[in-house]
Amino acid sequence: MLRQIEGSRAIAETVALCRPEVVCAYPISPQTHIIEAVGEMVKAGTLAPCEFINVESEFAAMSVAIGASATGARAYTATSSQGLLFMMEAVYNAAGLGLPIVMTLANRAIGAPINIWNDHSDAMAVRDSGWIQLFAESNQEAADLHVQAFRLAEELSIPVMVCVDGFILTHAVEGVDLLEQSFVDAFLPPYEPRQVLDTNAPVSIGAMVGPEAFEEVRYLAHLRQLDALERIPEIAQEFFEASGRDSGGLVRPYRTDDAEVIVVAMGSVLGTLKDTVDLRRDLGERVGVLGVTSFRPFPSEAIRDALKHARQVVVIEKAFSIGAGGVLSSDIAIAMHREETLLRTVVAGLGGRAITRRSLEKVLDDASDNELAPLTFLDLDHDAVDRERARMQATRRSGPSAENLLRDRGTVSQKADA
Amino acid sequence: MTSQDVHFYQVGSFAVGNRLLEQEERTVQAQVDRTNSIDSGHRACQGCGEALGARYALDAAMRATNGQIVAVNATGCLEVFSTPYPETSWRIPWLHSLFGNAPAVATGVAAALRAKGIEDVRVVAQAGDGGTVDIGFGCLSGMFERNDDVLFICYDNEGYMNTGVQRSAATPPAARTATTKAVGAEPGNTFGQGKDLPRIAMAHNIPYVATATVADLHDLERKVERAMEFHGARYLHVLVPCPLGWGSASNETIHIARLAKESGLFPVFEAEDGVVRSVSPIRRRVPVEEYLKLQRRFAHLFGPHPRLDVIARIQSMADANIERYGLVSPESLEESS
Repeated sequence: MLRQIEGSRAIAETVALCRPEVVCAYPISPQTHIIEAVGEMVKAGTLAPCEFINVESEFAAMSVAIGASATGARAYTATSSQGLLFMMEAVYNAAGLGLPIVMTLANRAIGAPINIWNDHSDAMAVRDSGWIQLFAESNQEAADLHVQAFRLAEELSIPVMVCVDGFILTHAVEGVDLLEQSFVDAFLPPYEPRQVLDTNAPVSIGAMVGPEAFEEVRYLAHLRQLDALERIPEIAQEFFEASGRDSGGLVRPYRTDDAEVIVVAMGSVLGTLKDTVDLRRDLGERVGVLGVTSFRPFPSEAIRDALKHARQVVVIEKAFSIGAGGVLSSDIAIAMHREETLLRTVVAGLGGRAITRRSLEKVLDDASDNELAPLTFLDLDHDAVDRERARMQATRRSGPSAENLLRDRGTVSQKADA
Repeated sequence: MTSQDVHFYQVGSFAVGNRLLEQEERTVQAQVDRTNSIDSGHRACQGCGEALGARYALDAAMRATNGQIVAVNATGCLEVFSTPYPETSWRIPWLHSLFGNAPAVATGVAAALRAKGIEDVRVVAQAGDGGTVDIGFGCLSGMFERNDDVLFICYDNEGYMNTGVQRSAATPPAARTATTKAVGAEPGNTFGQGKDLPRIAMAHNIPYVATATVADLHDLERKVERAMEFHGARYLHVLVPCPLGWGSASNETIHIARLAKESGLFPVFEAEDGVVRSVSPIRRRVPVEEYLKLQRRFAHLFGPHPRLDVIARIQSMADANIERYGLVSPESLEESS
């Protein structure tokens, strides 16, 4: 049923259709509307049987999910940013134990400086944790991905993180076609755990493993992620056949077939990118877009295939590894291993900075002129940075740089250094 | 076949042996049909108080629930000595996740059971004092506050023994640990620090809080069984001497635990809904020296230059406990005179 609905609400209602048995959550912007809505459904009894646990921290949220999942319950939680980092130890643990928890990550920047707006730093921080990470392009896809996520997680005994751009998607109201309960019930069979805390068949879960088998356990986890490379497109195809909607999958090529320049990105920026590419195509430029839906497992082969004829690949990333450069770019470079293709990284949208079509057009202009630097920061105010560097040179106790930069930009009313 | 009744009396205590009791009054461990929640073959040190306490506690919980127990374990000695794969001493469903999250994991287990409509299976979470009073404290307080249906058992050996005897917030003042060495003007752990977790638990108004020691295993079993009569969050704090960390003889574990209680340093009581309902009175009061001198972690208080001032401060802690909980009743004073 097509409804004009907030992204968070669409996700919450879809999660409810998946019949989670334990939902635990700790509030953090911009994830709050999701758990508020699920909590309301549990409280009202429309989502039953389900236990909604208001925990005291994100660390507890993931821990409750671990206990619930190991007891054979379908477990769900949601978080963002600092919350993800606070539960980091349990995030790794859930994957290590092979517990198919599904978590929505409302992507948000990581402090300091504290910032509640969208980027992908949080998701990148857990890329090696063993979780499957799927990025939604739209609220429709965000909702649909949750049904696929539970199916995938439980088939393979791997936790799945559905990454949804904070505010840009979570708080955007747009038309979303919500699934029917009968559809989800048919698509998502009841959870059959591989391991469960059962008094009739006691097992020890989570015991110590020494050097004699640890590497094998880790490699097995890798193989299961490689299995997911097979299952993700199959499940998306099955979903498409049943619903008529193209949601999920590994990658999403858009007008790439004859493209000389291909822009690679993840999440909601893909919409703006496609609009921009359409404009350029109208001008006769051979440009295309490759959306990466599955970041973990990383679909190296699909990416290599999609990029094989490109002269230049521009990766637009909402995160970067400080002191190194692009994170997604590194994976793309390894996947392509083509020296004749120019690979460029554009870091954009950090801390919620809008990625406008005008800025993206500039990126494409520079790319077609071969003038794009290997590592570019979109719309960066270099002068402001230079001035702060100068202040730091001039004075030892130059104070917090974050505040200085805001004063410099005139965002703070008092201009102390004027 | 002829048989002869042999009466065993424990020396130095007023406790009577199991064999003087009627069959149904004997300990769970004395029953031929008792479970083996933690089976033999584990790697605990000789004289380990925690292994003993956990065995009695879990088998008692098993009896109280007709064998329907799921256990969650924090990282620590108990987790390490009982498991490394492929061996396991656990004959009950057992889950170890992390050091600091056992209470929350147990909450998740209980929530899953509730969601599935499974009412007869009960959840026990276990941790050492580090996993309880320090790194697990946030999750524990949250579990208490929500009154989740979990019995949490802290096996308190007063330090991080698994990592090599470092100080925790349960380490007593003056005790030598690897991070509170017996050096300087005030050797050992600092006075005026540490957490009294049973009282903190009581402040959460949870239905049942109790303390016990491995010196009175019958009492420990009874408290576990009592705890299983309640639903909601329950807390059991068990003093378990650690020969390795305390520097005590492995055959002195029970004796030292008894002296902790008889000196007043470790008050044994039970509380319901935040109110103390009963205490185990001191039967034969002993000065704290008797307890301290058996442990090398307090060796710097004795010797040629004894720290009588420090011993006096520890004695005053014991006296304060005796006062607070009324551990010495007029009746027991008569007995011991």
